[in-house]
Amino acid sequence: MTGPSAAQWRALFEPRGVVVAGASTHPGKFGFVALHNILRHDFPGAVFATNRDGGDILGRRALTSFDELPDDAVDLVFVCTPASANPELLKACAAKGVRAAFVTSAGYGEAGDEGRAAERALVELANELGILLAGPNGQGVVSTPASLCAQIVAPYPPRGGIAIVSQSGNFVSSFQNYAVQTGVGVSRAVSAGNAAAVSVPDFLEYFSEDRETTVALAYVEGVTDGRAFFDRIRGVARRKPLVLLKGGVTTGGQRAAASHTGALASDDRIFDGMCQQAGATRPANVEEAFEAAATFATQPLPRGPRVAVLTTAGGWGVVTADAVARAGLELVRLPDDLRAAIDDKLPPRWSRNNPVDLAGAETRDTIPEVMELIASHDAVDALVYLGIGIQSNQARLMRTGPFYPDHGLERIVAYHERQDERFARAAADISDATAKPILTATELAVADPDNAGPRAVRATGRVCYASSNRAVTALAHLYRYARFRQRRGL
Amino acid sequence: MTLTGTRTLSEHESKRVLADAGVPVLDERVVDTPADAVLAARSLERDTPVVVKLCGEGVAHKTERGLVRLGLRGDDDVRAAAQAVRDAATPDDGPVGVLVAPMVRGSRELIAGIVRDSQFGACVMVGIGGVLAEALADVAFRLVPVERVDAEDMIDDLGSRALFGPVRGEPAVDRAAVVDVLLALSQLAENRRDIVSVDVNPLVVVEGRPVAVDGLVEVET
Repeated sequence: MTGPSAAQWRALFEPRGVVVAGASTHPGKFGFVALHNILRHDFPGAVFATNRDGGDILGRRALTSFDELPDDAVDLVFVCTPASANPELLKACAAKGVRAAFVTSAGYGEAGDEGRAAERALVELANELGILLAGPNGQGVVSTPASLCAQIVAPYPPRGGIAIVSQSGNFVSSFQNYAVQTGVGVSRAVSAGNAAAVSVPDFLEYFSEDRETTVALAYVEGVTDGRAFFDRIRGVARRKPLVLLKGGVTTGGQRAAASHTGALASDDRIFDGMCQQAGATRPANVEEAFEAAATFATQPLPRGPRVAVLTTAGGWGVVTADAVARAGLELVRLPDDLRAAIDDKLPPRWSRNNPVDLAGAETRDTIPEVMELIASHDAVDALVYLGIGIQSNQARLMRTGPFYPDHGLERIVAYHERQDERFARAAADISDATAKPILTATELAVADPDNAGPRAVRATGRVCYASSNRAVTALAHLYRYARFRQRRGL
Repeated sequence: MTLTGTRTLSEHESKRVLADAGVPVLDERVVDTPADAVLAARSLERDTPVVVKLCGEGVAHKTERGLVRLGLRGDDDVRAAAQAVRDAATPDDGPVGVLVAPMVRGSRELIAGIVRDSQFGACVMVGIGGVLAEALADVAFRLVPVERVDAEDMIDDLGSRALFGPVRGEPAVDRAAVVDVLLALSQLAENRRDIVSVDVNPLVVVEGRPVAVDGLVEVET
């Protein structure tokens, strides 16, 4: 069995026009919400809506029949009609040149024997008609390069390189919410629904060839043919990083076994080994999954496991060093020449070791200069930078207090915010120049996202990690993938 | 517990399957009588003490039942031990023999094996072995066929991979030799579709090199 053709994929993700079948005048219904979201996000192609009773929906006349559609103007039908109406609907759409259908309708494979039979029949019909069938029972499809927000849920993410597919529609929303929060954007996002015709591996293979996509992010629960799944995701991960979040790992589990090996062969451990062997990144939870994907999308791969930590305060560095060790990375021992070079920049109270703790000794240019010294050194593969936003945090107290802007406060507030912006910029620029990952972490990323530090990190297109622990976890995922590629000469 | 439609080979038969597949095993003999056990022990390398075990397809839980006698030196000890394990056999054990093997020493015990998963098919496992293997559960799996680079990764997956370095006066583990064991198991799983599972536990590290000291092969009937 071959997957969808290039033309069918284009019809789903880059349609010239869209028709919402079963559009509704009721703003609580899927058929209204889908049309609303498509129009709300300025889809540039033709948009049509059908409704049995006609009428006006969101300022446009609803068609009562697909016969009214112009020929070859619409590539995608977004189906919100009851399951029983769908066979005739697909035939009518095919006659008008539609090549892809996203089906939200329920009442299929999830609904007993009758539903399963209806689903099989629908798949067969779509194949005969040459229509790519996504869903059914899915929440929608997003394609930012096409300004397409054909989904019955929010949000619409910023444009970027992460492509998302999920067996659970709500995880598409969750990942997109993180995209909005971090500013690290999405290329395509699709809820696979029952995946009756187009499966999660089908979508992943498309993403792996898609020029708009730099990293694939998937949520899966069940896997039907484990061997085929393995072979296909291995192909995907050879081309691009693939982050695979698996639900339901603790169910099933241990089987009756005659041997220790059998007793130890839990579903979770075997799935984990399968992922490692395929080169897929396996995160432990939803935020870790998104941050791994976002880090793949925005940081270069580290060439090795040797991490340096740059901090403006001791405690942060200490816990980050612990996290580095726990994650299977190496806290690099500061080379003598690097120590000497930093000595030239700082009074002697700095830590003189890794973590490089500036201990409050920094002046105007210290942080960018020391950052560059560390990142440029051959002994260092990656850098974690802590302490951004701390002065802007104080600046905010000053700006919002009764003494501002007098007493020199206006000037110092502006200085602090400018400095944090410089530091964020330096982290991105030095990372680009050295081709090494530099991850910036502060709790202000969530505690005060408007702080000049996190805001400036986001402006560079990178993640401002909510904790050093999360930064290190993401970095460890990048390292494992880099090692996988290196060991296989990829 | 044995699954329907399968049987486990005796320890000795299991190890022959493993040895044929390329897994290092000890030079050991299976004999009938205490007198033959003495001759077998004499034929092994002289300086090492020997181990005597009851051996048979139906024999399980050897350690718990006292069917393993360690550190035996001299004809009298071997004869007495062979008699004792024979006397402890029950009708449930089926046909039995006495296994005589040199006793090896190594402070590090690994586990390796094969399992057939309903989702993903044949898999190879490696981990920290010994009697605590299941409690520690520090193991890594890969799907068959396992390539050399995958086997290398498996060792790096283990939380206790530091045990592969030099430990308590013993040299570092010969990683390539452990990798060879995993590749041999992968090949065995491919060649012998009738093998349901394999357990090599412990895979003792002796002078840095892995040796299968106990083994269990489960086959379809």
